[in-house]
Amino acid sequence: MADEEEAELSEKQKKEIAKWFLLNSPPGEIQFVAKDVKAVINDEVLYEEAASEAFPLYNKSHLISIEMPGRIGDVIITSYGELGETEFIDPRTAQVAVVNHTKQASVFIFLLIYESDDASDNGKECSFCNLNFRKMVCTEVRPALDEELPSAYVEEFRYALDAEILKYVGEAYPKGVCSVYCGNGKDVEGPGFDFELVVVISAARHSPQNFCNGSWRSVWSIEFKDEIQMLELKGKLQVGAHYFEEGNVQLDAKHECKDTTIFQSSEDSAIAISNIIRQHETEYITSLEVQNAPISLASYSNLPDTTFKDLRRKLPVTRTLFPWQNTLQFSLTRDITKELGIGNKRVVAVSRCVMNLSMRRTLRSLYL
Amino acid sequence: MEAAMGLMRRMPPKHTETSLSALLSLLPQHSSDLLSQVDQPLQVLCDMEYGKEFILCEYNRDADSYRSPWSNKYHPPLEDGSLPSLELRKLEVEANDIFAIYRDQYYEGGISSVYMWEDDNEDGSKTGQGRRGYLQEGAWDAIHVIEVGPEEEGTAHYRLTSTVMLSLTTDNESSGTFSLSGSIRRQMNMHLSTEEGHLCNMGRMIEEMESKLRNSLDQVYFGKTKEMVCTLRPPSEVVMRLPDS
Repeated sequence: MADEEEAELSEKQKKEIAKWFLLNSPPGEIQFVAKDVKAVINDEVLYEEAASEAFPLYNKSHLISIEMPGRIGDVIITSYGELGETEFIDPRTAQVAVVNHTKQASVFIFLLIYESDDASDNGKECSFCNLNFRKMVCTEVRPALDEELPSAYVEEFRYALDAEILKYVGEAYPKGVCSVYCGNGKDVEGPGFDFELVVVISAARHSPQNFCNGSWRSVWSIEFKDEIQMLELKGKLQVGAHYFEEGNVQLDAKHECKDTTIFQSSEDSAIAISNIIRQHETEYITSLEVQNAPISLASYSNLPDTTFKDLRRKLPVTRTLFPWQNTLQFSLTRDITKELGIGNKRVVAVSRCVMNLSMRRTLRSLYL
Repeated sequence: MEAAMGLMRRMPPKHTETSLSALLSLLPQHSSDLLSQVDQPLQVLCDMEYGKEFILCEYNRDADSYRSPWSNKYHPPLEDGSLPSLELRKLEVEANDIFAIYRDQYYEGGISSVYMWEDDNEDGSKTGQGRRGYLQEGAWDAIHVIEVGPEEEGTAHYRLTSTVMLSLTTDNESSGTFSLSGSIRRQMNMHLSTEEGHLCNMGRMIEEMESKLRNSLDQVYFGKTKEMVCTLRPPSEVVMRLPDS
């Protein structure tokens, strides 16, 4: 039996499978997936290993935002702000958040770890306590070191852009968080060199009580090209939604775009950049949502009408329900056409004619 | 097993095959449960004798072979593979013809197969399936399983379990990739007079159910995901600040 041959999966394979499930979790649902994965894997150690590898990747790719202690704001978990495995910088406050990816959300465990304050044996404590809900939490913040921050020259551009983006996100996203990072060239001291800023916008909405979760993520990289005095923008937008009341419907949409503008003062550049971002994101959401959108061939609003209809019509081509009561006639037609040796396609055509006739007759009898 | 089904409810429907094979390799002891409870995107084979394609599913599978509803033969050939009784086979042939017309009228293309078999408790069961591929990558797979109870005083009990798996993917320069996929499953019970025959009753139930599923996918499910996107980033630039909590 094939089952027996496959019965012994290597530990590595099992771990990879567990990671695959975790990484494919819909927005905001990794905890629930984790609970099931743990049960299916049925191996505490393996699960812990898989979770400790998958959770950081998931959090970074989903641009999770977490609250920093002391009500100073949220920090976005992204590779652009990653300083070490457990440290993420928040450029706005120049604070570094120390986080733990696989820490339990349970208050009890949270305190335990907080008090022990030793990241190395969290795994043991987690496995000791059989709670399934894990969440990344920020346990402490520290001021960023000078070498972790961009130069004063770059910071001037970053600061101005952050202010504009903050304004835009506040206006356009009901619940959005954003951050502006320095991607490259943070040590550039003045004009004459290139540098790069990265705008990260993340909005998530989890309403399991309505069986719906969703997330919007956009990452914009802006290269400040000193020599040609141009700014090159590249945007990556990603939208996901999961609806799961008595079913499983998932949306996954990605879009990439490019634009350029001229290199100006920090304030003017910031305004120009945020206007470009606003324009592209608005166009994209419009293409997803609104009918007759300018750039949409493949958009949402077109879906139910065109593509859906292409797959299954609301009513048959005859525009009336299928006349099941006349099905006997189909069999008759089939026998006749078989005798005549007509091909299959014809059978369908012939049958349809028969049906139309008999339906018309029924209709007429109803009216008369 | 419960956890496995939980995972299937959360994994992207477009990855159903990968998820299922992962679960099968992790839980070989539950393989038959998994295969019967998780609906997979349908595969097709061609019956060379008739030059027609037919759908592969759990209901026409015996070992590693699948029975064609056209020639009633297993592909690849299988000696003593289980076959329906003569009477049932007659009904099956008829049902396949009728559902082919039904499918043609609703889907304007696609493939359908109807399989019938007898349950241990002598109940007749059947499945009708319609499918159509379109778009850059788009598919509607429908599986209907009807259990027909024994006839009593001219009526019979029908239990229909339907699953529709839908996937739509588009990819173009201007609007990027867009993928929407979903699967829903519903059940319907009816007690009907057999005066007009089983096929007629089953057909009406399936038609009603398909229309219901189509509407709920269209309005509720796609509507909900769309609504979600709108709450994340409203399309209009209307300021929608939520009160700070």
